[in-house]
Amino acid sequence: METIVFSLLNGVIYGLLLFMLSSGLTLIFSMMGVLNFAHASFYMLGAYFAYTISEASSFWVALIFAPILVGLVGALVEKYGLRTVHVNGHVAELLFTFGLAYLIDEVVKIIWGRNAVDYKVPELLDFPLFELFGAQYPAYRIFTLFVALAMLAGLWFILNRTRAGLIIQAALSHPHMVGHLGHNVPRIFMTVFGVGCALAGLAGVIGGNYLVTDPAMGVQMGPIVFVVVVVGGLGSLMGAFLAAMILGLLQTFAVAIDARFADIFGWLGLDATSELGSITIASLAPMIPFLMLVLVLMIRPRGLLGDREL
Amino acid sequence: MRLLSSAALAAVMSVTALSGASADTLKIAFIDPLSGPFGPTGQDGLNEWEYAAEQINAKGGINGNQVEVTGYDNKVNPKESLVQLQKALDNGVRYIAQGNGSSVASALIDAITKHNKRNPGEEVLFLNYAAVDPSFTNDRCNFWHFRFDADSDMKMEAITDWVKGQEDIKKVYIIGQDYSFGKAVAAAAEKNLTEKRPDIEIVGNELHPLGKVKDFTPYVQKIISSGADAMITGNWGADMVLLIKAAIDSGFDGKILTYYGGSRGAATAMGQAAVGQVMAIVEHNTNLEMSDAHAAYVDGYEAKYSESNYYYQRIDNAMHMLAMAAEKADSIDPVDVAFALEGMTYEGPTGTLTMRADNHQVLQPMFMSTFSDNVARGVDNGPFGWVADDAARIEAEDTRTETTCQMTRPSK
Repeated sequence: METIVFSLLNGVIYGLLLFMLSSGLTLIFSMMGVLNFAHASFYMLGAYFAYTISEASSFWVALIFAPILVGLVGALVEKYGLRTVHVNGHVAELLFTFGLAYLIDEVVKIIWGRNAVDYKVPELLDFPLFELFGAQYPAYRIFTLFVALAMLAGLWFILNRTRAGLIIQAALSHPHMVGHLGHNVPRIFMTVFGVGCALAGLAGVIGGNYLVTDPAMGVQMGPIVFVVVVVGGLGSLMGAFLAAMILGLLQTFAVAIDARFADIFGWLGLDATSELGSITIASLAPMIPFLMLVLVLMIRPRGLLGDREL
Repeated sequence: MRLLSSAALAAVMSVTALSGASADTLKIAFIDPLSGPFGPTGQDGLNEWEYAAEQINAKGGINGNQVEVTGYDNKVNPKESLVQLQKALDNGVRYIAQGNGSSVASALIDAITKHNKRNPGEEVLFLNYAAVDPSFTNDRCNFWHFRFDADSDMKMEAITDWVKGQEDIKKVYIIGQDYSFGKAVAAAAEKNLTEKRPDIEIVGNELHPLGKVKDFTPYVQKIISSGADAMITGNWGADMVLLIKAAIDSGFDGKILTYYGGSRGAATAMGQAAVGQVMAIVEHNTNLEMSDAHAAYVDGYEAKYSESNYYYQRIDNAMHMLAMAAEKADSIDPVDVAFALEGMTYEGPTGTLTMRADNHQVLQPMFMSTFSDNVARGVDNGPFGWVADDAARIEAEDTRTETTCQMTRPSK
């Protein structure tokens, strides 16, 4: 019972963090058709900006301004970098973001050093919220949950209930048509790229003190975010949300289950002392996202809720 | 800064050369990562070797010879290490210092053995200051290899010696990284605990993937619901920091016994909540009672390299034991020095150190240090540091383990 409750809570929170990180990427991906390799680096930038701002003032200021700053950096990157590279095709864009990821990594190391920085959870939220089966549950995690939910609601509202959202949705699938109707498509692209980066930055602000803020955090998160986007389906926020949740839950449940292959496939005559039988389910947890990626690409290439094939 | 200091060193050396002394230079090649993710760790090691050399040179060097330490960047890659070793040999180096990664140490041991066999009269000695694979002083022991750090089995011996005296520890959870080192730590912990405290129940023994887990909370909740009141882990790097952070956030209130809690940058990431709870098995910490001379040595280092903290007491030990051996043999030839090192004792800052003759493993007092916020000397430029009281001291002799080493020695 307690395993289920804890895994549900942890899985949902981890899933929401993944969703915050990948929502921007899925927008950018479907808009430009290019995986932004530097996306996780913007996540890292968010954490570092938040660290610096919260040192100077407070976490709450950082919560608002760090994502905006990251968004501005993203918008600049799109305007002066990606747009120029765009004429040379998708491969050039892909390579551009690839190089950018390394560039951001190195710049972060030069400015903030190679070690982890002391980015703390705000004191106001640094207390155990409740105790469950002997383990405390930090208030900050629940706060993370609410921030992510608020972001999800806000994003859904903008995209589905406002005129701006309507134009963005149209530009995602039919950019030329939107252009002919007199909208400034490059500016829409820049805005979406900026907002996408800002969302990653927000995930960084929230995730940086919940996990660790160090120069490796971007590289560690990178691959798993791609999985969420591909599994969820191109351009589908709901799909990204679903995929992030499934991933988060599967991974935490896999860790929590104390079983070996032999316990499950024992009826096939698999022995617990054999190589295969002694593999634990928990040790498979980090493999699950990539297994999902491979399976989805094979069985359903457009992802869970995507409307286009890759 | 380092450019300046090496320039100064060069100047000093050219003066000695001009003064017509017949003295040679004792060259030590430091083969460890100086770039990439482990670059900062390697740089700390190099700093301490250079500082130790500088200090001993100021006192007249080793048996009248000036010591020169040069860094060779191996990027923690065994293959690259062999290239760097060859480079060092071409530069006339006869002493190799390395520590980061047992895979590298293993490759170096093989290459050095081969070199020494093929080039009599030009033998090279390997000073291992941190690679802790027990096999180097057991099955694969080698005359040309001397280890100045406790191996991972000895560290576990020390940790469990400490656990033996802690009556309130009844249930232990072992968690580690899923590769050879993590498995070795888990096996040693299990074996030692059942021997020393048969009443202790090992409530969990888990391996997690190396460097892939971002959120350790699910693991920690498993640990808490197992009722463990102590956790033992060999984790290092992000795996260690994230595990400790998750444990503290979830209110795990038992002791967290680590190998590498004291490593660079960890203190900042762990923060206030880890105080009193996280422990690390080390041969030294800067808040131990120190003689004036040793305190001056430590302060001198931290003043010179304000970016890093004094961490590797074993480098200072290695340099002194090397000097003693050279003086005893009245030679800086590696063969003579190696024979002199065997069985040698040295009165170090923390007590008596002995270099075992049977397997070339140093025995030194170890300390079960506790993370503290009440320290004279902090780490990472923060308020936190490590302390150890008398009860946390494990005597050198108590860390002795049986060895399977069958040493073959060259003829003198």
